[in-house]
Amino acid sequence: MSAPGSEPTEGYVRALIEDDPIELYETAPCGYLSADEDGRIVKVNRTFCDWTGYRRDELVGRRFQTLLAVGDRIFYETHFAPSLSLQGTVREIAADVVCGDGQRLPVLINAVRAHSPRGADRTRIVVFDARERRAYERELLAERERAERAAQEARTLAETLQRTLLPASMPTIAGIDVGAAYRPAGDGKVVGGDFYDVFQLDDRAWGVSLGDVCGKGPGAAIITALARHTIRALAVHTASTSAVLEGLHHAILRSPETDGFCTALFLTADVGAAGEVHLRMSAGGHHLPLLVGTDGTVTEVGRRGHLLGMLEPLRLHEDQVTVEPGESLVLFTDGVIEARRGEELYGEQRLHELLGELRIAGAQELADAITADAVDFQGGALTRDDIAVVVLQGAERPPAQ
Amino acid sequence: MTIRSRHNVRVTGPDDGQPMVFAHGFGCDQAMWRHVAPRFADRYQVVLFDHAGAGGSDPAAYDPERHARLEGYAEDVVSVIEGLDLHDVVFVGHSVSAMIGALAAAEAPERFAHLVMVGPSPRYLDDPETGYIGGFGREDIDGLLESLGSNYLGWSAAMAPAIIGNADRPELGAELTESFCRADPEIQRRFAAATFLADNRADLARVRTPTLVLQCSDDIIAPDVVGEYVHRHLAESELVRMAATGHCPNLSAPDETAAAIDSYLRARR
Repeated sequence: MSAPGSEPTEGYVRALIEDDPIELYETAPCGYLSADEDGRIVKVNRTFCDWTGYRRDELVGRRFQTLLAVGDRIFYETHFAPSLSLQGTVREIAADVVCGDGQRLPVLINAVRAHSPRGADRTRIVVFDARERRAYERELLAERERAERAAQEARTLAETLQRTLLPASMPTIAGIDVGAAYRPAGDGKVVGGDFYDVFQLDDRAWGVSLGDVCGKGPGAAIITALARHTIRALAVHTASTSAVLEGLHHAILRSPETDGFCTALFLTADVGAAGEVHLRMSAGGHHLPLLVGTDGTVTEVGRRGHLLGMLEPLRLHEDQVTVEPGESLVLFTDGVIEARRGEELYGEQRLHELLGELRIAGAQELADAITADAVDFQGGALTRDDIAVVVLQGAERPPAQ
Repeated sequence: MTIRSRHNVRVTGPDDGQPMVFAHGFGCDQAMWRHVAPRFADRYQVVLFDHAGAGGSDPAAYDPERHARLEGYAEDVVSVIEGLDLHDVVFVGHSVSAMIGALAAAEAPERFAHLVMVGPSPRYLDDPETGYIGGFGREDIDGLLESLGSNYLGWSAAMAPAIIGNADRPELGAELTESFCRADPEIQRRFAAATFLADNRADLARVRTPTLVLQCSDDIIAPDVVGEYVHRHLAESELVRMAATGHCPNLSAPDETAAAIDSYLRARR
């Protein structure tokens, strides 16, 4: 017999003549054992005896699994033996053999079941010394556990930070139904750059901000925090929405921690006598909000100024918009319209059509529906960019008392 | 998700036969019953299933919280039995599923006619306070968890599709290699902890269902004294000591296992 697929070479033939088969077995560079159907060792080579310090007569008749450390015995009974029985083979099982002196020898085990011509099955077990490999694997496992813990901590930190950058809940405003939705990019491991806020200015007026900071992660989080708090602080001192965004612009420019920039919308809202919502608004380089009429018409409102924190001189506009009862004003970040499916972009047109068709009552329901549509468009998979949507709806007036 | 797809339920045998539900233990899946269950399919309605997190069960069926305790698995058993509307059930549980069956029978006794416990243990850890011998110390179970961790790679290799030595058993075909003992290593670790750290000794007294306890020789997972303990603490049980060695007589001695179950059931017909 020769090696499959080759003519016997001279070297092969010589090795065959010179190698003593018993010597091949006894001093093989691995432990070699045979066991009967019950797992009792019937034959074992010298290498295994040398490695483990057992005499041959101590091993023969003993069940192989009793040589293993107790935890490995359970694994043997629950995995190794069933697998061997059903598949006829197991490979690369890691275990510790308890040696004659009580020391543990880490090994890798391969085994096959062989049908003996006389009926009874034999199990052939080969054992490889794996001390160094197993020590290395243990280090790798410990490293992986450390890495998993670190990733979990990073995720928790990102979520915590994200929460501090968004309002915990929407306030209840007489005459205005407010809804908001936010979805972080990817798996939420990175702090996103989108932000929004709704807060009270005085007895009648409310401030609404929504924006998108360039980038993600810690650098973006600095500007996001700066934007949210600067807008809040400035808005109580001035009725001018453009003055608020201009103040933010200068705050970003002067901020030493970052060279980033952002786009933002800022609106003030108060409710008129007939239930109509009066808005003043400015847009700093941000997509303009969409006004959805009760008949489903969708109109962009306001004028788009410059990005904030980028170039001087800054140009901003200030516009007035009225939202009648039943009408909705939709503020969104580019995570909605720049959602991608392969090469295809979600786009403004699709958002206009969606809003024209939805006719959803309830600001929160509308915000959720827009977010869901953008996420679905991407196949529901991990979104590329974060998405923020705020909806202001003129509340239908309750029937007169 | 139906109960059948949740637990990869397979039903064979006559519809009007007495239902016989086979449950696998820690480590594998319903393939463990491959050599035993078919022997009852001529007269029993044989039901096989995979526990949540094992074999071909729906990944969504596994709930880390609910399945942190054996009671969670027992609830699943009851919902399989109720979902298939089985009555007068002979429940055959191997290893940890013997206790899962006991918990299920204690909760819904009206569904069960007999329990067959193959290698049961109500507690694997020794309890020095009460003098109970389970066979293991806490450090042994930690050793098992470590073993599961370090066999992460080796185990996926063992699932490789090559079947050697099954030439005379064509029925163990590709379908087997695809599903056999397939499990998420993290779920394996959790199931190991739920199994080997459980203490269900007090639950034995809640079982009113007549029970057959099958005890193997040289079973290091459920030693002789544990089988006796189970037998002593059940209201109505018969203990049968088998010649088969090890913990998996359903694989290593299917003839003896099936015969023991069959003669127990025949005597009570």
